Amino acid sequence: MLDSNKDSLKLEAMKRIVAMIARGKNTSDLFPAVVKNVACKNIEVKKLVYVYLVRYAEEQQDLALLSISTFQRGLKDPNQLIRASALRVLSSIRVTIIVPIMMLAIKEAASDMSPYVRKTAAHAIPKLYSLDPEQKDQLIEVIEKLLADKTTLVAGSVVMAFEEVCPERIDLIHKNYRKLCNLLIDVEEWGQVVIINMLTRYARTQFLNPNMNESLLEEGSDKTFYGSDEDEEEEEEEEEEKDKKAEAPAMAKRKPYVMDPDHRLLLRNTKPLLQSRNAAVVMAVAQLYFHLAPKAEVGVIAKALVRLLRSHSEVQYVVLQNVATMSIKRRGMFEPYLKSFYIRSTDPTQIKVLKLEVLTNLANETNISTILREFQTYIKSMDKDFVAATIQAIGRCATNIGEVRDTCLNGLVQLLSNRDELVVAESVVVIKKLLQMQPEKHSDIIKHMAKLTDNIQVPMARASILWLIGEYCEHVPKIAPDVLRKMAKSFTNEEDIVKLQIINLAAKLYLTNSKQTKLLTQYVLNLAKYDQNYDIRDRARFIRQLIVPTEKSGALSKYAKKLFLALKPAPVLESPFKDRDHFQLGSLSHLLNAKAGGYQELPDWPEAAPDPSVRNVEVFTLLERVTTLTSVPEWTKCSSREKRKEKKVEKPFYSDSEGESGPTESADSESDSASSSESGSGIEESGSGSESEESEEGSESEEEEEEEKEKDKKKKKKELKKPVQESESEQSSEEERKHERKSKQRKSESESESDEEEESESESSQSESEDSESEAEVKKKKKAAESKPSSKPVKKDNKKEKKEMSLLDLDDFEPAPSPQATPVNAFLSNSLATDLEGLSLSDAVLSPATISPSSALKSYEMLHRITGEGLSVEYCFSRQPFSPDANMVAVQMQFTNNATSDTKNLHMEDVKLQSGMRVKEFPEIELLPAGEMVTAVMGIDFCDSTQAANFQLCTHTRKFFVSIQPPVGELMRPIFLTENEFKKEQEKLLLGQLMGMNEITEKLTLDVKCRNEHSIVQRVTTAANLSRVPCGSDKECSPPVPPPDHPVHRFAGRTVTSSSLVLVTVATKEEGAAKLTINCEKMVIGTMLVKDILLALTQ
Amino acid sequence: MIHSLFLINHSGDIFLEKHWKSVISRSVCDYFFEAKEKAVDPENVPPVLQTPHHYLITIYRDKLFFLSVIQTEVPPLFVIEFLHRVADTIQDYFGDCSESVIKDNVVTVYELLEEMLDNGFPLATESNVLKEMIRPPTILRSVVNTLTGGSNVGDTLPTGQLSNIPWRRAGVKYTNNEAYFDVIEEIDAILDKSGTTVFAEIQGVIEACVRLSGMPDLTLSFMNPRLFDDVSFHPCVRFKRWESERILSFIPPDGNFTLMNYHVSSQNLVAIPVYVKQSISFFEMGPCGRLDITIGPKQTMGKTVEALMVTIHMPKAVLSANLTPTQGNYTYDLATKVLVWDIGKLNPQKLPNLRGSLSLQAGAPKPEDNPSLNIDLKIQQLAISGTPCMVALTVERIFS
Repeated sequence: MLDSNKDSLKLEAMKRIVAMIARGKNTSDLFPAVVKNVACKNIEVKKLVYVYLVRYAEEQQDLALLSISTFQRGLKDPNQLIRASALRVLSSIRVTIIVPIMMLAIKEAASDMSPYVRKTAAHAIPKLYSLDPEQKDQLIEVIEKLLADKTTLVAGSVVMAFEEVCPERIDLIHKNYRKLCNLLIDVEEWGQVVIINMLTRYARTQFLNPNMNESLLEEGSDKTFYGSDEDEEEEEEEEEEKDKKAEAPAMAKRKPYVMDPDHRLLLRNTKPLLQSRNAAVVMAVAQLYFHLAPKAEVGVIAKALVRLLRSHSEVQYVVLQNVATMSIKRRGMFEPYLKSFYIRSTDPTQIKVLKLEVLTNLANETNISTILREFQTYIKSMDKDFVAATIQAIGRCATNIGEVRDTCLNGLVQLLSNRDELVVAESVVVIKKLLQMQPEKHSDIIKHMAKLTDNIQVPMARASILWLIGEYCEHVPKIAPDVLRKMAKSFTNEEDIVKLQIINLAAKLYLTNSKQTKLLTQYVLNLAKYDQNYDIRDRARFIRQLIVPTEKSGALSKYAKKLFLALKPAPVLESPFKDRDHFQLGSLSHLLNAKAGGYQELPDWPEAAPDPSVRNVEVFTLLERVTTLTSVPEWTKCSSREKRKEKKVEKPFYSDSEGESGPTESADSESDSASSSESGSGIEESGSGSESEESEEGSESEEEEEEEKEKDKKKKKKELKKPVQESESEQSSEEERKHERKSKQRKSESESESDEEEESESESSQSESEDSESEAEVKKKKKAAESKPSSKPVKKDNKKEKKEMSLLDLDDFEPAPSPQATPVNAFLSNSLATDLEGLSLSDAVLSPATISPSSALKSYEMLHRITGEGLSVEYCFSRQPFSPDANMVAVQMQFTNNATSDTKNLHMEDVKLQSGMRVKEFPEIELLPAGEMVTAVMGIDFCDSTQAANFQLCTHTRKFFVSIQPPVGELMRPIFLTENEFKKEQEKLLLGQLMGMNEITEKLTLDVKCRNEHSIVQRVTTAANLSRVPCGSDKECSPPVPPPDHPVHRFAGRTVTSSSLVLVTVATKEEGAAKLTINCEKMVIGTMLVKDILLALTQ
Repeated sequence: MIHSLFLINHSGDIFLEKHWKSVISRSVCDYFFEAKEKAVDPENVPPVLQTPHHYLITIYRDKLFFLSVIQTEVPPLFVIEFLHRVADTIQDYFGDCSESVIKDNVVTVYELLEEMLDNGFPLATESNVLKEMIRPPTILRSVVNTLTGGSNVGDTLPTGQLSNIPWRRAGVKYTNNEAYFDVIEEIDAILDKSGTTVFAEIQGVIEACVRLSGMPDLTLSFMNPRLFDDVSFHPCVRFKRWESERILSFIPPDGNFTLMNYHVSSQNLVAIPVYVKQSISFFEMGPCGRLDITIGPKQTMGKTVEALMVTIHMPKAVLSANLTPTQGNYTYDLATKVLVWDIGKLNPQKLPNLRGSLSLQAGAPKPEDNPSLNIDLKIQQLAISGTPCMVALTVERIFS
């Protein structure tokens, strides 16, 4: 029929085949006939053929290849449905040969117009991964791309792919975190579950424990709340708290925990989903709250979970398991819903047992009476397993709550007269455990139980009674031997477990009351000696040696009594759910209490850092910081974006130092950050038309959020600023002296060198000067300019000015960290160097704030302390000549060991470079003690390109992949040119071989705060390592004296490797307009530099 | 995620299997059969089983087991919820979810499963979307199909898949635009022997049947939304609007759906509409016992009580029952020891009564406690929680 021309016949045939597949019959012999029809026009036939293919392609790989061209054609189809289904089938046939084809198809589909096709691509990723795990790296790229997708359709699927392929690459989420949070509510249900689970894990690594401080505050209230609980768990918790207290007395003084706004965002956006109809979503949110929310807020999930108890029994089963775990940790949460856990006669047994478990966990002094009354009813149930569980539950209540112990015991004793043997047996076992806690009072119960031995047949119960009698034979001296006599009679007919207890009983009686029982014991031991079970034979032999005194009886027999009648600790009856909370709630592993394949551990909260304020900032900026870190491979692509981010962090600091302009600045950055992260989702939502209200709400709240954040930032900033400034001023006096000495020394050392160097220094110091200082300086300069209106030799002019400057600068010379580490300035004491660095570099966020007015040494993060397991590395471009090789750029690295243990043998390995690049490694650091920091300098020849230098940083235990990526501005060194020279060079360049190609001009509008000379100079020198061409000489070349408010600034430098000139001109005009011209032989460097300087000047 | 699915009937035959990844042998089900043997009662089979290489997650619905095989960590509720969704979909398509129905439509079911999961991850579970891709069988269509060779598989992408409202298809047109809402409330109460309420709660469901053209945007407000203790919604309901204004605002799916579930836990307000006088006693002497049950109305607010039914789980020792009802009829299932008395409409003038004798197994000890009674009843046109009736339904805009 498959060969027929009629579609209807084909369809009929295919239907039969598929029906056979569905029943599990093998139809693989029809494969060739079916594959022929893959190109069939009829869509239903086609679909069924696809179904067949997916099922059997794995078995007949060669034949399956015949069909691939059809799919490839399908991938290009204009109909998105056909594109998607072609990709789906293509990725579903598990044939290894087509892996490259699949890879290609996935990559293409990932940038398809239709979100549906992109979704299918996301689905295809894990399929390909399971087929060929070696494609992982490429797949991660695709995932990264899809993660940035803004449609709700794709989000769920791609996160699922992420979880399956690379759950450890949490860094991919950073950029998309907020977007995912905001989209969450519109994602389809299944996607929600996956995203929420992933975000739980993410948040655990990125945010601080919200309950960290509360534990201290709550300690007092905790006690009153739980009353005088004897619950083990509670005690533990308290102990923990005490530990914490002892460990950090400073913690008490710590300011109250402020939740990260992103953490809050997650909690807020997931909360409505508690109202989802999908139990899995509700559970996912519940576990998220349980693991992430502050204690006070966890309560909201209880109601939703209780609602799930009215769902299907399977759902109840899972939910109850989770509730049982939660109720141990947070009992108060479910107490109001106690009655919802009452058992119904129609519940299946497993549900009943779980409900009992929860009820037991919830029991406390106030509600125990109601619970016990409820239990009494349950005991009458016809479900015997359930009754047994109830009795155990009563036992647990009795152990946990001292007040009701006697009541429970009495109730259980009454049960001993129950007609059902199982009930009696179970009660015996429980009573045994209870009695062990306070045996003295209850000898009559023991007597009662001794009588029961005649009736009870359940081995476990018999064994329990015998043990009890043996253990407390001194309380019942008359009955015990009698029981032994009876038992000895029936010994051969007993179960093994009972036999063992009989032997035990005999031994104990022999020791306490050997007169009456000696013969009996020997009889029992003789019986046991010939028992079939080797355990019993062993036991008998062992006991005989121990208790029966013989000539060669060892030293042990003296202690026999102590051995047997030692005081035994009472058993602790505890919930089987006690330790389950180390699994992520709601997971399969939690349910089974065993690690399931592919389970991702829920990471612990990040450790508390020693300095709380630092951590707050750090955690806040982590998102941005780490993006710059991790996206290094793509730096070239998005360098401008990264830059902006960097700037964003920096900017507020500028605004702060410049007082009044603060508000506008922060407003700017606010809109900036808001637009960068949130605008996407806003557009997305409003795009759906009907949901415009929602999106509005959303964006509103976003703005609020941003505002909050902004405020936070400011607060932190201020806090930060103060201490640093203080310390600065403290040190400054010392510093000044040293610098004075230093500069003098240097002058005398070598005029020629200092010429250049000091020039640059004075330039930078010019820019360094603080506002008040700068004003004074401006005046001076003007004076200087005015005083030399005549055309004096430029050189002289320069020198004079230089001197003036350096003298002037001495009082406010900033402790620039740059010179200390370089060999040239090695005379500076090491300790001071580290001090200074500590000041400037100890915190990546601090440094731009405090040092930004100085030579603008920006430090970059190479290794964060979390990824580095305590080792953090930052690097900066010190802008000093690297003495071993002039073609190299000096990179100053600072290693900080935040871990508790020492790090040894820090060195570099496995340097991966682009062709032509060279690296001079830093000397191995033998030992980096805990808490210390060390700096080292390495040289890299970047070959005038911005390619990153990748290498491994090795410690004695671990290796970290790191990379150093130079901003283009660091690839040059400043040179000194006079204005005339500058102009000559400029002309030369222009008239060179490629006319005009060497010049790039850009018009720009200067930032409001960047219109005076100093800020321009400062910003340009921050962006690039250039030196300024003295401006005083402006006059001579432009005959009509330029009005003082439209000066032209010139900067000069050479690239490090090829020594090509880089000339930068910034000509200012009215109202902040300006023209930026860059002349450079290297076009690439020129264009990149334009971008960077443009950014620096306009922001 | 979900690796394979097996459908198993009550007697333990696998009658459908579907694999989304590579094929897993049927023999994994043996672990399940083992557990099933052990559990005696099908409801007591643990939903999650661990086998050496796989995990089995099962649901029991309509006397069928839906058994899914998974290999890696996945939230169990995720799978359970999905399996129920499969059962719902089958029920939605064929009106029933039984072995015979599935066997008759095996190809359609297979195609459905293919669409619902891709590589074990749910793809399309909204019935509106599925119905566009695979049309449910109707008599008319099957006739047309056989004549024209047409198919019941859609060839365009369901628009719902692409939008933010996957539950609604585009281009719906009706000549009569209508929307119906059913409020179904259930009281769940546990009473003790003397008739006092131990625990009572009200659960409500709002079932909707909306047949409106275009993309209607509806709002629904309640008289007294504060009564709701806890609610859960169809995904179409906008959560934020509910949180801020207590108004249901939604774009409904086309056709039947459950709009919301709610819960009212105002125990004091719950009025149990009937009372029961019962006496079940077993005599010490002789293998017999007496049973006498009378049911009367109480606080029915003038409505008639319908579909009244009493179910009693008898003790194991009860061999047979010889009873005479004044109304309705009774059955006693010997195997499960369940006595069912189907009364029907409650007549306040002539109270239904069931009395007679029970015969016990000879020699067995007298059952020590009285069995519990389960009473089911229905009252039309009465919301027991009283107030949560909606008052306003506004259709904001219809655009097509």
